[in-house]
Amino acid sequence: MADARLETIARECRVQIIRMLTHAGSGHPGGSLSVIDVLTALFFGRLRHDPRRPDWPDRDRVVLSKGHAVPALYAVMAKTGYFPESRLVTLRKLGSPLQGHPDRTALPGIEAATGSLGQGLSISLGLALGLRLRQAPARVYCILGDGEIQEGQVWEAAMAAPKLGGPAHGLDNLTVVLDYNKIQLDNFVAKILDLEPVLAKWQAFGWSVLEIDGHDFEQINKALDQAEATVGPVIVVAHTVKGRGVSFMENDPEWHGKAPKPAEAIRAIRDILGVPEAEWSGHLARHPETKALADELAALGAK
Amino acid sequence: MPAKASRAAFGEALLELAAKDDRIVTLDADLSKSTMTAAFARAYPGRAFNLGIAESNMVGLGAGLALTGKIPFVCSFACFVVGRFETIRISVAYTNANVKIVGTHAGIAIGEDGYSQMGLEDIACMRALPNVPVVQPADELETRQAIAWAVEHEGPVYLRLTRQNLEPVCPVGYRFRFGGWLVLRPGTDVTLIGTGGTVFNCLEAAKLLAAEGVSAEVIDAACIKPLDEESLLASAGKTGHVVTAEDHSIAGGLGGAVAEALGEALPTPMRRLGVQGFGESGDAKGLYAKHGLDPAGIAGSVRKFLNR
Repeated sequence: MADARLETIARECRVQIIRMLTHAGSGHPGGSLSVIDVLTALFFGRLRHDPRRPDWPDRDRVVLSKGHAVPALYAVMAKTGYFPESRLVTLRKLGSPLQGHPDRTALPGIEAATGSLGQGLSISLGLALGLRLRQAPARVYCILGDGEIQEGQVWEAAMAAPKLGGPAHGLDNLTVVLDYNKIQLDNFVAKILDLEPVLAKWQAFGWSVLEIDGHDFEQINKALDQAEATVGPVIVVAHTVKGRGVSFMENDPEWHGKAPKPAEAIRAIRDILGVPEAEWSGHLARHPETKALADELAALGAK
Repeated sequence: MPAKASRAAFGEALLELAAKDDRIVTLDADLSKSTMTAAFARAYPGRAFNLGIAESNMVGLGAGLALTGKIPFVCSFACFVVGRFETIRISVAYTNANVKIVGTHAGIAIGEDGYSQMGLEDIACMRALPNVPVVQPADELETRQAIAWAVEHEGPVYLRLTRQNLEPVCPVGYRFRFGGWLVLRPGTDVTLIGTGGTVFNCLEAAKLLAAEGVSAEVIDAACIKPLDEESLLASAGKTGHVVTAEDHSIAGGLGGAVAEALGEALPTPMRRLGVQGFGESGDAKGLYAKHGLDPAGIAGSVRKFLNR
């Protein structure tokens, strides 16, 4: 079943997220781990794209508006062949195309500079409209953070989208996913500036709204299918868990923007792989690749 | 040619260019009658997008359109569009989207509407952004040329246009050159550099000064970024005195750019004429007189500067 395949890929991507953030010594694990399942579903089987031709005019576009989660995007890009996986450890290092937040001019495959929150939906509207105007068979996927939609520009774009280009060039090619992990930098979203009722807000602005568990591949894929079949722009509100997959990061605002220390990273990877502590050394003995990774991270700690 | 506002010349130029280039589209935020794209919208309704009073979304949407191969002219008053600086900074400049940002209603010359509608800090803001040239044409001919150039130029551009009519200053047959300045009147005692709405006043001031025996060289600095350093250094080296005049804040505009360039390459005594503090309501003529940007004011500042 496709889900088992995607589960495996997403697990591997989670490991790479932890790895690159540990090498970088800074970055945003929580939101990267919450959004990775949606990105995995998009990049493995959903997108019409060609990693060898990132400038293919008719490619589907992914705009990661919550740009701080870019380690997740880099992980799926490396795995689909946009660049070698070995380059992931250059994240945030001087001279690397893997900037701390997405830089379109630095890395082919990045569609827009994002990370200054609130801007990606407007860019996505422009992309979707431009593609519709020339009748390109391409879709645009925009991923918003939950805290991000506190930005006013998001609602300017939300108000414009259902009417834009129509009726001749209405946006039937735009799917937005809200990574609703309930935590922003300072605290829980509900404690900073509650979004609720968030579904009603988007509905009131004229959007088709779907609600799913953003870690359930069956639900993700069903929603993406449904979005494609819907007339007009669609937002998929994906309930997610910040830090998903790493027990000590889950649902903890502390892990919004803090890289794990090497020892924590090894624990995180053990968690992601679902190996009990008592069985870890045995697991490493049977899995030389994981052993090499654990050694690589341990060596960072020894520095 | 009769006097014409550069926003009007822009609207006409766009209409002509659009007939030959279907990549051109316009984006407006409920000011298309003022930015003069309304005629374009009537001629090409499928290529004109009025996004309501939501400039940030307009700027970002323009970036997205540009990334699919369109050439969007994103238009509003200079203060409103550049006011969405953070969106311009990331979605346009850093993304390197081929967006032409058009700021009309530049300066105190808009008059009666008062400060909140006056673009007075836009040059300073846009000049600080890597990857974004800043161009302000001085008359109809130069505007038409600058718009044609902007269509061909790959990458973001900021075009600063006026509400008020501009007297023709460029010679027939003039060709706009990116990064190039135009010496409109040669002189030996002082270099007078204007941009946009102040260029004609610099020429008039030069006439007043000539009657008193002061020879002023007048330059039209349509390209504020990049500056024409060669022309600047040649003229400053010759006259030894430089005066800039602009309808913009005295901080960070043309005068600031010239001071930075001269300070490093050829320290030269200079005076910056521009707007101090906030603008206010009033008639344009009165406002120019108050801020010393009319011919008499410019000539007076030059006189004082040269101790004549």
